[in-house]
Formats: sequence, structure tokens, C-alpha cells
Amino acid sequence: MTATGTLKVSGLHAEAGGAEILHGVDLEVAAGEVHVVMGPNGSGKSTLAHALMGRPGPTVTAGSITIDGTELAGLPSWRRARAGLYLALQHPIEVPGVRLAAVLTEALRETAGDADRVATSLDAEADAIGFDRRFLDRALNVDLSGGERKRNEILQMGVLRPRFAVLDEIDSGLDIDALRSVARRIELATSEWGLGVLAVTHFRRLLQELRADRVHVMVGGRIVAEGGPELADELDTSGYGAYSA
Amino acid sequence: MRTFPAEESAALGGPAWLSTRRAAAFERLGGISQPTDEAEVWRYSPIGRLDLDAHRPVAAPGHGAALDDALALADEFGAGPRAIIHNGRIALLERRGLPETVVFAPASSLETEPSGFGEVVGRDDFFVALNDSFIPDAITLDIPARVTLDEPVVIVHWCDGGTGDGPAPTTLLRSLTRVGEDAEARVIEVIAGPADAGSGLVVPVGEMVVGDRGRLSYVMVQDLSHDTWHLARLGATVGRDGTLKSFTAGLGGAYDRCRVDAAAVGQGSSTELTTVYLGSGDQIHDVRTLQDHVAGKTTSDLLCKGAVAERSRSIYTGLIRVRNGAARSDAMQTNHNLVLDASAHADSVPNLDIEENDVRCSHASSVGPVDEDQRYYLESRGISPDRAERLIVLGFFDDIVERSPVPSAAGPLRRRIGQRLAGLLGRGGESDG
Repeated sequence: MTATGTLKVSGLHAEAGGAEILHGVDLEVAAGEVHVVMGPNGSGKSTLAHALMGRPGPTVTAGSITIDGTELAGLPSWRRARAGLYLALQHPIEVPGVRLAAVLTEALRETAGDADRVATSLDAEADAIGFDRRFLDRALNVDLSGGERKRNEILQMGVLRPRFAVLDEIDSGLDIDALRSVARRIELATSEWGLGVLAVTHFRRLLQELRADRVHVMVGGRIVAEGGPELADELDTSGYGAYSA
Repeated sequence: MRTFPAEESAALGGPAWLSTRRAAAFERLGGISQPTDEAEVWRYSPIGRLDLDAHRPVAAPGHGAALDDALALADEFGAGPRAIIHNGRIALLERRGLPETVVFAPASSLETEPSGFGEVVGRDDFFVALNDSFIPDAITLDIPARVTLDEPVVIVHWCDGGTGDGPAPTTLLRSLTRVGEDAEARVIEVIAGPADAGSGLVVPVGEMVVGDRGRLSYVMVQDLSHDTWHLARLGATVGRDGTLKSFTAGLGGAYDRCRVDAAAVGQGSSTELTTVYLGSGDQIHDVRTLQDHVAGKTTSDLLCKGAVAERSRSIYTGLIRVRNGAARSDAMQTNHNLVLDASAHADSVPNLDIEENDVRCSHASSVGPVDEDQRYYLESRGISPDRAERLIVLGFFDDIVERSPVPSAAGPLRRRIGQRLAGLLGRGGESDG
């Protein structure tokens, strides 16, 4: 299956709490590609992830976010999701009493997806990343460990099959085996349905497991360097300090 | 009190002990003044609006079609032993395999006063005295030592309610449940009536006595019309290493008050109190709880969750009391309120009264609209705001309903709450463009 399409971020400025955090970010992710944004704490990576998904909090003051030319920047998050965008949260949220299957059924029903396949799809996705099937009956993220919550984000992605997924620190909280199976699932998705991935992290560890097409270095709310996976090796020796203003 | 005369109390009949008891209570009632919201225990309540002169004791009904409605309710909650009580009179009682040693009977059929009757809720409460004076009958359940009941006992109190003509009917309901040493039972009481009943007053008093190592799971569901006042008083004492799990649900009522006092009187005993309410229109739900630690090493855990919509409001006040001598006790109290409309309101007032040093007490409470983060999380999956809110509110209730200590009550509760919420959420419609 050859999917086409592009997630394009141009000149994105965003502020939070009265201060500008993103000072003009440009990124372009094509279907089937894996991009990794690396940067130190406070570089604006999470703000970028939430600005893309439209979380209340960060405000986009300029720039655009498009999927195949359709502007998402002014839309509420649920409309961005329906346009094909997905966000795996750094800190997935507990929703007491609301079961995973209910959320996914509702989501697929509203996006004209195939809601009937949720149950079988959930089992398959859980097995693929070593997520205990018993947790599928629980309320969303309630009584799950940090690592289980992260796997849960990838599991939901597998069922919903978005066109582009933003993964916010998906590697934190996962042990090496879990990270490996999650990385395999993500890579498989890029060929299975042409998922485009924008993974945000401050650990190089993710790049040891996830095959990236492009690496972007973010410092102080700007992309300051771009290259292939080898860029991560340079970072390993020189650190982010070399990019500070 | 001219509409609640002594002659009416005397005319209720029954065995001598019951008549004597009513007469004594009527004497007592004369000496207790009707409460106002100045009393701490009635703070925030509309109790001052109650005009008893506009009420009178409900008449004995003819058991017609109402019995079918009550039976359908009983079937919904369980297939085991049941009693249908119509306007406070026992209309039907089926033992359905109850062990012979278990007493399940109208108080009026007992030759002597059952042990413990009136001892749990005491004598100083005005509405208990009113109940004592005018109860036509009471339902008693007594499980002897070491007997375990397989099926939950379902008691349906059907209250005809007002027709709009003349003084509003006042229905006095009474139950007494005793669980003997190392015995175990599950009980569901449903208090309901026609959905379109006019103004009326329903005053249930329920007492529970759990013996040493006894285990009682108790559910009370109130689903009266929205023009009816419901003033319930539940009391329990739990013996050494015994367990009480109580779950009360306030759905109907104009003013729905439920006071639950649970005393852990035996060392090592535990009480688990769960309460849920849902308000809409102009309803007022009022929950008062007392977690009374009398003996040492006792535990109590209270969880109260409710939502208020439209112009409704709720009051939760709970007291944890750890008495002198109740060392090494552990008490928890949690109250969460969802406020679904700007004109709805919830008050949450936790209180502690600790007379011992070596104890653990914790309480938490929240009042507010649907959590923004939860909503964003669901919306980020492509779910519209209306649908996301609906899922979260249903989940808020599911989370507590699934804690029902009698599982057969969970389905009926979920259905009722779901139906109510369907009419309350997503009223703005949904744009699906």
C-alpha cells in the first residue's frame, strides 16, 4: 500500500502563559516517514506536540499546520483528529468509568471508521505490543502503570489508524523490551497504512530502537539542525550546548 | 400537627406491642420541635419549607395495578426473596427458598417487639418519632448466626403519592435487618412510586444490626416522583470483625435527603458507605453521613459521587468521628461532584471529630464541571465535545455504580442513570460537519 500525503508545519509560533515558546517552526512529514524531534527539556517540544493537536493552553499566534493543504491551525482538536492527526500524550489521562473500547468505538463511529472491528482489533494490537488483554476492560488509564499507559497510547493508535501520529516522549516510562515492541509497531504502521510519524523526545534511546528517516534538533523553540539518524550520534558527543544561541 | 392526630396513630392497629410503641412515640413527638435549617444537621436544606399541616398520613391502598409495577421493579432487582410494601403496608411477601430459621416478616405478625427495633436510630429525631408514631407496619429480616443467604432479598416500597387534592400523603416506611454472628446477607430496598405522583412526603427509617463477624451488603435506591419529598434515615451498628457495605442512590424526589449513620462498635469492624445522586430540574439531593468509630482497629471508607444539572443542587456533609478508645482506626471520606450547568450548585462539607491520637483519617472533595483534560483527551481521539462530555459523565457514574455491593442492583441503576443523562446531555445538538 502506497499512501501519499503530507503533514506540513510552517512558521509556527505559539505562546503559553504570556510567553512565546515556539518562534517559527517548519517541518514536513510525508506519509510513511518517521521524523524525530530531539531537544533538551524546555526546548518547546511538548508545546509543539500540543499546538499541533490543539490542546487548550498553548496558543498558536502565527503559522500553519496542514494535512494535504487542509488548514488545521484554527480547528478544535476533535476536528484535527478527524482530519487524520493523532497525539500520543506524554502523560496519558485517567478517565474513571470510561472503557477503552467505548472510546474507540465512539471515535470510529464518528469518523466513519469501522466501529465493529474494535474488539478484534484491540486484541490484536494489545498482543502486538505486549499489553495485557485484561487491561482492555479497565477504565481508560485507571490503575495502569506509567509504562502501560504509554503502550495504551500506541494501542489506540493501532486501532484508530490515523494518517499522522505525533508521539510525545513515547519512550519515557517504557523499559527496553517494551520500547522495542512499541517501535516495531510504529514502523510496521508506516508500511501497513502509510502512517507518518513525528516523535518528540529528549533521549537518544528512542533512535536506537526506532528507525528514523529524519532527525530535527529543537532548541529554544526553533529547529536548529536537521539531518539523518547520524545527527543523533553527533548530539551524543557534542550535546545540545553546541546549538545554544 | 393537627393533620397527624393521636386517633389516627391509634387506629393503625396491629399487635399490642406495636400500638403501645406508637402511642409512646406520639407522646415523644409532641415534645420535639420540627427542625429548621438552623440546626447544623439541616444546614443548607429547605427543611424550613415543609408544612406538615398540609400533609397527612397516607391512606391504606387497595392493591390494584400498582402491585404490578412494584412486582416488575422487584423482578428487575433480583429473583430471590421479596416483599412488596404498598403505602407502608406489606402487600406481598415471598420467601423463595429462604432458610426456615430466617425471620422475614411484617412486624405486625410478630407477637413481641423484635430485638433492636428503634435502638439504632435512637429517639431524639423528629422524623424518626413521626415514623414511630404513624408506621402502619415494618418489614423485619433476621438472619440467625452462621446462616448465609444465597440470593439478595429485595424489598420494594411502592408509594402512591399525591393526587393534588387535599393534604399531601405522608408515607412512613420502616425496615429492620439483623445479621447474626458470622451470618451473611444482601438486601436491596427500592423506594419508588408513580413517576407522575404529585406532592407527597416519604419518610423511611432503616435500621441494620450486624453481629460479630457478620456481613451485610445493603443497597437502597430512591426513585420517587420529582414532586415528592424523601427524608430517609438509615442507621447501622457493626459488631466485632463484622462488615457493612452500604450503597444508596438518590435519583428521584423534589427534596431527597438521605442520612446514613454507620457505627463500627466492635473491634476490627468495618463500614463501607457508597452514595450516588443525580439531580435535574429543581431537585435538591442532600446526603449526610456519619462514620462513627466506637471501637479500636475499625475502618470506614466513604465514597459519595453525584452530579447536578439544570437548576438542581446537592449537599454533602459527612462526619468522621473517632471516639476515645477507637485507637488504630482508619477512616476515608471522598466526595466528588460534577456540576453540569451554570445554574446548578453543589456544596461539599467534610468534617472530622477525632478524640484519639493513633488514627489515620483522610478526606478529599471536589466540585466542578467536567474535567478539561479528560475532555481534551477524548476529543483528541476525534470525539466531538458533546459526545466526550456524555462519555465522561456516564463513566463518572459507572465508576461508582459498579461498586454496588449487590451486583444485581448495578444494571437497573445504570439504566435509570443512563436514561436520565440521555435527556440532560447533548441538549445543544451536535454539528457533524
